[in-house]
Amino acid sequence: MTTPVLELRNVNKSFGPIDVLHDISLKVHAGEVLCLLGDNGAGKSTLIKTLAGVHKQTSGQILMDGEELMFERPKDAADRGISTVHQFGGTFPLMSIGRSFFVGVEPVIKWGPFSFFDRKTANETAVKAVREFGITRIDDGDRLIGGLSGGERQALAIARAVHFGARVLILDEPTAALGVKEAAHVLRIVFEARKRGLAIIFITHQVMHAMTVGDHFAVLIRGALAADFRKGEKTREEITDLMAGGEAMAELESEIESYAQSDSETSSAAQ
Amino acid sequence: MKRLNITYLIQQPAMGAMISFVAVILFYVLLGGVELSNLFGAASWVNFAANLGIIALPVGLLMISGELDISIGAMIPAGSMTIAVVSGHYGLPIEVGILATLAVGVSVGLINGILTVRTTVPSLIVTLGTLVAMQGIVLSASVLLTGNASVSLTSPEWAKAIFGQLLGGSYQIIILWWLGFSLLYYVVMHHTHIGNWIFAMGGDKESARNAGIPTQKLTIWLFVLSSTSATFVGMCGAILFNSAQVSGGMLYIFNTIVSVVVGGVILTGGFGSVLGIFFGILTFAIVSQGIYFTDIDRNWSSLIIGVMLLAAVMMNNLFRKMALLGAPKIKTTREAKS
Repeated sequence: MTTPVLELRNVNKSFGPIDVLHDISLKVHAGEVLCLLGDNGAGKSTLIKTLAGVHKQTSGQILMDGEELMFERPKDAADRGISTVHQFGGTFPLMSIGRSFFVGVEPVIKWGPFSFFDRKTANETAVKAVREFGITRIDDGDRLIGGLSGGERQALAIARAVHFGARVLILDEPTAALGVKEAAHVLRIVFEARKRGLAIIFITHQVMHAMTVGDHFAVLIRGALAADFRKGEKTREEITDLMAGGEAMAELESEIESYAQSDSETSSAAQ
Repeated sequence: MKRLNITYLIQQPAMGAMISFVAVILFYVLLGGVELSNLFGAASWVNFAANLGIIALPVGLLMISGELDISIGAMIPAGSMTIAVVSGHYGLPIEVGILATLAVGVSVGLINGILTVRTTVPSLIVTLGTLVAMQGIVLSASVLLTGNASVSLTSPEWAKAIFGQLLGGSYQIIILWWLGFSLLYYVVMHHTHIGNWIFAMGGDKESARNAGIPTQKLTIWLFVLSSTSATFVGMCGAILFNSAQVSGGMLYIFNTIVSVVVGGVILTGGFGSVLGIFFGILTFAIVSQGIYFTDIDRNWSSLIIGVMLLAAVMMNNLFRKMALLGAPKIKTTREAKS
């Protein structure tokens, strides 16, 4: 088997005395979608922030193409081609498509000692990049990001990451805030990105969406990897069960049972 | 095509300010009995706009980047007193006075900027602190050094010609400085990558930093710019009027904020334009100074400014919403690509 693009080996992360991630080991290959499933507070956000260079792991290794990496800043991860797209896509709602597409890497025209922002190139490149992902409704790079639909913003953000040479795409709940049609559209774009050979980490708690695009699934429960399996190895019900925290549910059930028992005991004692 | 142009126009952040500008002039002409030729020929409001504008523009850029600077209120008298004390009271060459004035502006700007980026204290509070502190410093330093709260200054011809002459008998030379600065800010904000960074910072500082933008450095420089611009205006005033007072300048705080907000900048940052701020300044100057040309009692001008501010802000909100909606939706079917 080929070397995974990104690999985590026994990664731990704690904030002071609080352990957030325990011993996480994962692999993502090029052209593969890894779905990271988990309930709120399971540690999904911490995990992606660690991958994106926002947090530094307390122990364990992060390897890219088999080579160990240490990210000091988010920019280090970005420079290596790890790109994160957040739930709401573009983060600059009041900027134009062309301008926000190139934030931090603006194309310029040199004129003597001066350099000027090249709006035309920026707009054309941004519109072309997003149209390649099948969003034909976007044709004017001067439109504001805030005027796009949730799906279009996701598409734009993904197109941006691909345009700037991302090799690992981290999608943080891209479908959470979207309607059914809009979500289907984003899934299609995820598929398109996968076809182009990107390694994709897809974070979600919607099992349906995960089942549609995922090749490989990992379930996080309270910061630990509860399950790690490939497509077709588990049914939807099993995954949902797992995510809802199978153990937690079992515990709750047994607790209710014991309550009911003690209740009946006390009442029988009273009699 | 025509329809597209209208959409494009309405999307511009300057639209609200331009409409306010025209509306205020119409109001004065129709209800105040102003002769347009009198109004446009008058120097008073242009001088007012220039002095206000040199400060309001950098304050506007700061607001676009998500910060606020109210210490400018104390930096204007600080600027005029510095040059008057150094070159007037102590009689040092005017060049030394000019450098000292700008140095005071740069230092206070650095303090504002560094405190803002190093602490989590909002810049409103930081600059409120430096505002009050600078007032105290200017007053006590003036009394300590000169024994007076007002100092006279005699400037050489060349300094007067550059910073403090009256063109055509009544137009202050600072008008040319204002137009030059406006052009410079326009080019930087809308046609260089630095402008894009400032907009991005105001939109989302965290993401801007993650995109590799030196947000802290840029914030500090913007504070230096606004603070130094305020001392520059104070200095030009001292050279023009041959004297400086420790008081004054406080009204500028509100005037700059009103101009900038009428100009279409939102208080939370990330949206606005230099052209909009420029028209916001013009509108404010016309309202507050143009009233002397009308039959309206001048005491009403504050009411007009208040109403205009609210109307302009509501209009700006409306236009921003329209800009967000973007072009009318023509294609509703999406090309399915699988």
